[in-house]
Amino acid sequence: MTDTDASAQDVPAAGPAGPADPPTVPAIGLDGVAKEFHSRGETVTAVRGIDLAIRTGEFFSMLGPSGCGKTTTMRMIAGFEEPTRGTVRLDGRDVTAAPPNKRDVNMVFQSYALFPHMSVFENVAFGLRRKSVPRDQITRQVGEMLEIVDLTGREQRRPRELSGGQQQRVALARALVNHPKALLLDEPLGALDLKLRQAMQVELKRIQREVGITFVYVTHDQNEALTMSDRIAVMNDGVIEQLGPPRDIYEHPATRFVAGFIGTSNLLAGSLARVTGGQGVIEVSPDERIIVRAGRSELTVGQEVELTVRPEKIELAAGPGPAGGCALRGTVTEVVYLGTSTSFSVHTTTGADVVVFQQNSASADTPVGRGDEVWLTWDPQHSYPIG
Amino acid sequence: MSAVVTAPASAGTGQAPRGAPRRRRWTRFVLPAYSWLIIAYLVFPIAVMILYSFNKVTTGLPQVSFAWNGFTTQWYQQWKDIPQLTSSFWLSIRLALAATIVATALGTLLALALVRYRPPQLRGKGFLEQVMFLNIAAPEIVMGASLLGLFVTINVARGFLTLLLAHVAFSIAYVAITVRARMAGFDRSLEEAAQDLGANAWVTFRKITLPLIMPGVMAGALMAFALSIDDFVTSNFVSGAAVPFPVWVYGATRIGIPPQVFVFGSAIFAVGILCALASIVVARRQT
Repeated sequence: MTDTDASAQDVPAAGPAGPADPPTVPAIGLDGVAKEFHSRGETVTAVRGIDLAIRTGEFFSMLGPSGCGKTTTMRMIAGFEEPTRGTVRLDGRDVTAAPPNKRDVNMVFQSYALFPHMSVFENVAFGLRRKSVPRDQITRQVGEMLEIVDLTGREQRRPRELSGGQQQRVALARALVNHPKALLLDEPLGALDLKLRQAMQVELKRIQREVGITFVYVTHDQNEALTMSDRIAVMNDGVIEQLGPPRDIYEHPATRFVAGFIGTSNLLAGSLARVTGGQGVIEVSPDERIIVRAGRSELTVGQEVELTVRPEKIELAAGPGPAGGCALRGTVTEVVYLGTSTSFSVHTTTGADVVVFQQNSASADTPVGRGDEVWLTWDPQHSYPIG
Repeated sequence: MSAVVTAPASAGTGQAPRGAPRRRRWTRFVLPAYSWLIIAYLVFPIAVMILYSFNKVTTGLPQVSFAWNGFTTQWYQQWKDIPQLTSSFWLSIRLALAATIVATALGTLLALALVRYRPPQLRGKGFLEQVMFLNIAAPEIVMGASLLGLFVTINVARGFLTLLLAHVAFSIAYVAITVRARMAGFDRSLEEAAQDLGANAWVTFRKITLPLIMPGVMAGALMAFALSIDDFVTSNFVSGAAVPFPVWVYGATRIGIPPQVFVFGSAIFAVGILCALASIVVARRQT
């Protein structure tokens, strides 16, 4: 696990996930949590050992491809799966062995799981009735919650009489009305069409601010995660590859997987010819060079490094630019017009294919076409060593 | 037969036939006509029974005869004039109700187990299913004879209890299969959602699972009741001193059936039809 969170400024410092003096107790704490499934004599490891501290009130996303263990992790927090190893804590209390109905978290299911034989009102009231809340309070709280999710007046409808987006909001209201310590959302927007999904992203974020409850959000959609989250854990093959705010994850991908999974990334590699002042230089030719800054480890001459550069950080230029910047020469192999931007594929002299995005701004009127020779330049601060 | 009469109306309106395909249109009446013939074939004996429950008896002994002597509601007014018949009828009703309750409860639980669990938790699941189908496929005469053998061997007095045991035994599998069919598309996340919202296992079953599988449970119960109320073969083996309605009727055929038998038969048929209709209405509203 790589915590690139140290530089985060938009999140109040609640202390790192480590054992050293935690000033506040995390809303959800996972400690070496692992899950293995056994079927027909085979053991499948879904989660390989995760440490996680989700802070109170934050919008936390678990992002990864299907089968990466994110849903299993969420189900262990909710209590539907018991970890093979490790402990799950809610507000510091060990709930590893507690059943779902004894945990103060609520879940929004991917299929919504609305009770088809109950009205919208009864669906939302279900959790309150289990806690023996007095009748008049149930009526009031359900009414308030339905107002928040904009479903006032549909109390007596059956779930199947509602649209997908409305069903989604009933599921949300049914969970939130219990004021859980944390709300767990398992790909809740997966079944909605694109427009509705984007509207619901904004809506979810608004509701989360309004109720101030910790949201844990599982998704395979990087845009969803980047748009809504305070912090993201990128998961792959049962481990957390990187954990941090969206900007850090996007700008400083820590591993090859993260770089490839989130956005488009250009992977470059080479051995360092010179190292000066914490900067390593890969000499491609006398006027072509890639400059890398030292990351977590020191750079040494002759070291093989891999690095990523985001397509929008690279500029198409007529010449190699100043000596302190990165520069590569190449041939344009593809030009794709994307409306607000244009995507260029460039075959560089290093042999690597590099994608470059350029904004179609008013001043950008240098037409670069297929087969043109171009220079790619970028600031060394945008080269991120990975490993 | 009404389909044959009414259907040509749509084809007969309008112009002269165009093209070859239209000449084959009479074939579309074949299946409807066939269906109505089957229904007539099935309903005919019942119709005869209902009709002859209104037949006057002219001979000395009140027995069913198949000469039509005129309409009367006499047998409906004197429906309980034969004490043994009446008591056997009420025995059958009590027996069917008890067997339905027990078989429905056990069969529903069996269906839940078969849908929910796979070998690590439920060993011998395949075997269990085989036994269930064997139970349905086995000839009743075999089951009746073996049950009689069993009861004699372990020295159980034959009566209401042995009848109940036998009827529950042959109904469970039908209930289980009916309920299991209803559970095929059951979304388990509904139960998880209930638990997540604070419901324990029992509340989850009562508030979520049971209401959702209720149409299946009701259909299973109806089937168990229908199987029990008219069972003759097995009952004949294990009845002993307690004589249920079908066994009594069989015994009566040797000396002549009193018309009241047709009255009871018609009543059972009417109740059965009502139950089936009610079950359809409930199932339509639930889904």
